[in-house]
Amino acid sequence: MSESIVVDQVSKRFTMRFHRTIKQMSIAMLRGQDLSDTFLAVDDVSFSVQQGESIGLMGLNGSGKSTLLKLISGVMRPDSGKVRTRGRIAGLIATGAGFHPQLTGRENVFLNAAILGMSEKETKARFDDIVEFADIGRFLDTPVGHYSSGMFARLGFAVAVHTESDIFLVDEVLAVGDRPFKKKCMARMEEIKKEGRTLFYVSHAPASVRKMCDRVLVLEKGQLAFDGPTNEGIKYLKYDDEDDVNSDENQDDDELGADI
Amino acid sequence: MTPPSTGQAVDPSRVPDVPLSPPTSNGGLLDVFRRRYLLRLLVRRELSARYQGSFLGMLWSYVQPTVRFLMYYLVLGVLVGFNQRVDYFGVHLFAGMVLVHYFTETFTAGTRSIVRNKAIVKKMAMPREMFPVASMLVSAYHTIPQALVLTVACFIVGWEPDGIGLVAAVLGFLIVATWGTALALLFSAANVFARDFSNIVQTLTAFVHFSVPMIYPFTLVPARFGEDLVGLYLANPLAEAVLLMQRGFWVGVTDDPDATMAAHLPDHLYTRGLVHLGIALVVLVVAQLVFTRLENKFPERL
Repeated sequence: MSESIVVDQVSKRFTMRFHRTIKQMSIAMLRGQDLSDTFLAVDDVSFSVQQGESIGLMGLNGSGKSTLLKLISGVMRPDSGKVRTRGRIAGLIATGAGFHPQLTGRENVFLNAAILGMSEKETKARFDDIVEFADIGRFLDTPVGHYSSGMFARLGFAVAVHTESDIFLVDEVLAVGDRPFKKKCMARMEEIKKEGRTLFYVSHAPASVRKMCDRVLVLEKGQLAFDGPTNEGIKYLKYDDEDDVNSDENQDDDELGADI
Repeated sequence: MTPPSTGQAVDPSRVPDVPLSPPTSNGGLLDVFRRRYLLRLLVRRELSARYQGSFLGMLWSYVQPTVRFLMYYLVLGVLVGFNQRVDYFGVHLFAGMVLVHYFTETFTAGTRSIVRNKAIVKKMAMPREMFPVASMLVSAYHTIPQALVLTVACFIVGWEPDGIGLVAAVLGFLIVATWGTALALLFSAANVFARDFSNIVQTLTAFVHFSVPMIYPFTLVPARFGEDLVGLYLANPLAEAVLLMQRGFWVGVTDDPDATMAAHLPDHLYTRGLVHLGIALVVLVVAQLVFTRLENKFPERL
């Protein structure tokens, strides 16, 4: 078989703690309040993805999309069930990369690429492409803590798309970019898809999902509510119920993901 | 629900030639040393970030121990008078301080390492043991110049280095490095759940200077506490490591090394050292196991 991602009965439970200090905790205990509560962010989700498929992951805010993506990327480990992947994984988790705010853009590019499994030589070979794609100009040697959110996301995306990988994960990064950058990202993602990499794309924008993905997964309160062809998935979510105003502009916004 | 067929043809050449495996890293410390390039980047990063925004920068790594050394030397060497009772008290003191400073730096910086790097820990998949290990290596890097100063000072006052002594010093260093890494792992994970732990560590390290025989001679311990409690005192791995370090450097500068060893070092120094190293390795394994358990909750608790 050539499965790329296998998610098997995966659950992830979060613990919310309301009180952080001993004083707060003892007061809460005296009053008989709960000290903590848990909720299932991902609830018994199973699916498998073949190499080269592009999957759109959709769902309302708080439905567990980002958590599922973190489980697939290996940032989190499931409480029960199994996640297995084949090959190297790259991508962006939860809007913006894992950059160190005190390091400069240049240092972060190398660090980030190294975390994604690239060697020094590979990174050097692609460094110019990355910088050009990110288009951050003279801010390259400024600590990324001073970057605007757009620059931050651009640089993160640039590193991710230039990393050698078999699975590519994207989580709503496009929400912060401006229009030209969004277009560039969509083009690049299409290239990635054509290269035969597995694409896992989290988005609220039906048109871009329609364009990029062959299959849609919909999460509802942590459970997998829908797994099937793209159009039916979008219908399931009722994201297409806006009247048929098909003016060019609307189409464009739809496609680029003006987040709902 | 049945998985739908998407009609996507799989290009066999694109399928990576590796088996399906969990995306999380499970090798722990082994993974850290497998990915040396990443470790090197992190060490370089910490070296530049530890004193960022301060004018003296890395010099602070030397100012602190120097000031502390002078203070101890004046108060305990001159004022209390250990200078007269211990040959070359300065070397006796400094040899211990090099190791103790290495330990406290590893412990404090290591404890904060995960929280300080939370931006990365929350979003990137990587062996998180990297951070405490990088802290330990950075501290080791800062120890090199201090060890050089110690060596030069020893030669100036007339040192006869010997092979057994150097092996002893290395053994002492390994004990401290292993314990430091183990504690850094444990406390860096604990610090994620309650930031109190970095304060606890600061309190603990304050004791370290007094719990090892460097600002006073080891002979004081049996003299004051009695022979029975010496075993307990030497159960402290740092006390043992400091004695090994003094065997390596200080013994060789005294006028009669054999007499110094007989008077100032405990019995079975090397056996105790090896046992301590063995215990340290066991603690390191336990620390790794605890770290792996706690690590699951890092991204949500940071």
